Amino acid sequence: MPTSPDILSEILLRGVHKWYGSYHALDDINLSIAPREKVVICGPSGSGKSTLIRCVNRLEAHQEGQILVGGVELDGDERKAEAIRREVGMVFQQFNLFPHLTILENCVLAPMWVKKMPRREAREIAMHFLNRVRIPEQADKYPGQLSGGQQQRVAIARALCMNPKVMLFDEPTSALDPEMVKEVLDTMVELAGEGMTMVCVTHEMGFARQVADRVIFMDQGRIVEEGQPEDFFARPKSERASLFLSQLLH
Amino acid sequence: MIGRLILSYPDAARRTGGLLILALTTLGLYALGVSSAWLGYLAPPAAGWLDENPALGRFVAALLISLIVAANWKALQQLSRRQQIIGVWIELFALLMLFFFSFDLSFTFIAKKIGFLITQGVTTTLYISAISIVIATIIAFIGAIAKLSKNGVVYGLATFYTSLFRGLPLLMQIYIIYLGLPQVGYVISAVPAGIMALSLCYGAYMTEIFRAGIESISRGQTEGATALGLSPSQTMGLVILPQAMRVIIPPTGNQFIAMLKDSSLVSVVGVWEIMYLARTLGQTEFRHIEMLITASMIYWVLSMGLELIQSRIEERFGRFNAR
Repeated sequence: MPTSPDILSEILLRGVHKWYGSYHALDDINLSIAPREKVVICGPSGSGKSTLIRCVNRLEAHQEGQILVGGVELDGDERKAEAIRREVGMVFQQFNLFPHLTILENCVLAPMWVKKMPRREAREIAMHFLNRVRIPEQADKYPGQLSGGQQQRVAIARALCMNPKVMLFDEPTSALDPEMVKEVLDTMVELAGEGMTMVCVTHEMGFARQVADRVIFMDQGRIVEEGQPEDFFARPKSERASLFLSQLLH
Repeated sequence: MIGRLILSYPDAARRTGGLLILALTTLGLYALGVSSAWLGYLAPPAAGWLDENPALGRFVAALLISLIVAANWKALQQLSRRQQIIGVWIELFALLMLFFFSFDLSFTFIAKKIGFLITQGVTTTLYISAISIVIATIIAFIGAIAKLSKNGVVYGLATFYTSLFRGLPLLMQIYIIYLGLPQVGYVISAVPAGIMALSLCYGAYMTEIFRAGIESISRGQTEGATALGLSPSQTMGLVILPQAMRVIIPPTGNQFIAMLKDSSLVSVVGVWEIMYLARTLGQTEFRHIEMLITASMIYWVLSMGLELIQSRIEERFGRFNAR
């Protein structure tokens, strides 16, 4: 059997379109992300970056084209979508921790109910990752008792507890107070160093420079430009991208 | 202008306000035609004067009552909050009892009948209500899910159900189920008919409560759970419902209390619950009011039990909000 490029990509999008009513949210997206690759997606608001990564774990359904994750196609079969979600962790702008559960319970919920892991094992794994994000002492508190930065780190640990191959980040630092951005970014940089596939929607250009293998710039539902971070930041090819970069504070 | 006066002379304003309220209360009581007979009981020498000056006597009675209330108010202000609450409860309860005693009740009759009223009546009321509460909760949950469904048939069924059973008087539903179902060949006895009517009616009200509760949880929670790989039913059971309970419980407690009392309507089809027994036991010796008051007090005690349970459950589901 010939090795097609599909096998080499962890995430593959081919001719993907999505509309909200008459609004064209994703316009012919073609994208291949290799295993262990770190991709940063940026662009003005409303450009479709969030929609794009939300299609990867099918929180949103695309209407045309193909999306394959780990070789499995998202074609509307809910079982395939659930199988893919077990391999793909996601971190949200608003954390989306479960406020009625303690930090530890937040972390063991999915391993216990989705992977049917025994409670003891799930707790061990949860504590391991809470240690990794450096908040093991908060394990028995409720999310409402933690700062935003701590909550976001818990959200990262919660996603890691499912041992995902891919991590999606949807503007993970946009809802944080400035002094808490660093602690979350540091956690993400560490994670990147361990060889996980990461797709990250963010405006943190420092993070992109430090970590990304590739930067993708989107506007009006299209991928306008992509390239290595050094090239993209130093010499953006498109006018739209250079305008966008000039408006960001470095 | 008045506002400035109040701000400049706060003490004078407060005193004037107090006097105004006192005057209004007095006038109100006078206009309501408060009786002055109690003055005669308290001070027999005044009885003759009261007979001669009925209007003036009424005014004095109204003024005295207002003054007593005002003094009571002042006295309660000296206590701590907790003591105030207990004080108000004791005073109002005593007044209520005074009102009941004024009917010249036969306590021997009540003592003779209350045993049966409790063993038969309370038991029946409680088990009819308890079963109905459980079934109504299940119906409400299913109804809420159906109302949130994208499927038009399911949504149509749910809206028709809630509209119909919220729209018909409960009494009518009881009659229709008890008398109507035999018409289509299904003979139903009184207790199941009552349970069915109560469950369906309250299930319809509670459907709306559950739906609102579930909708009050932000979309992010569903997305967070879905992204972790939880199935839709796991998301509902583990993430959404436990949080929605905080919104659902207070109005549901209201519904349970209302249902407990509305179970008295089932007496119309001859179920031996509290209301039915109170009426029939009272009829035999023409002591209606004794039995009605006793039954009312029993309903009140049962409702307080439900209130207590509600506050316990609220505490349990609200704990994650504590800081």
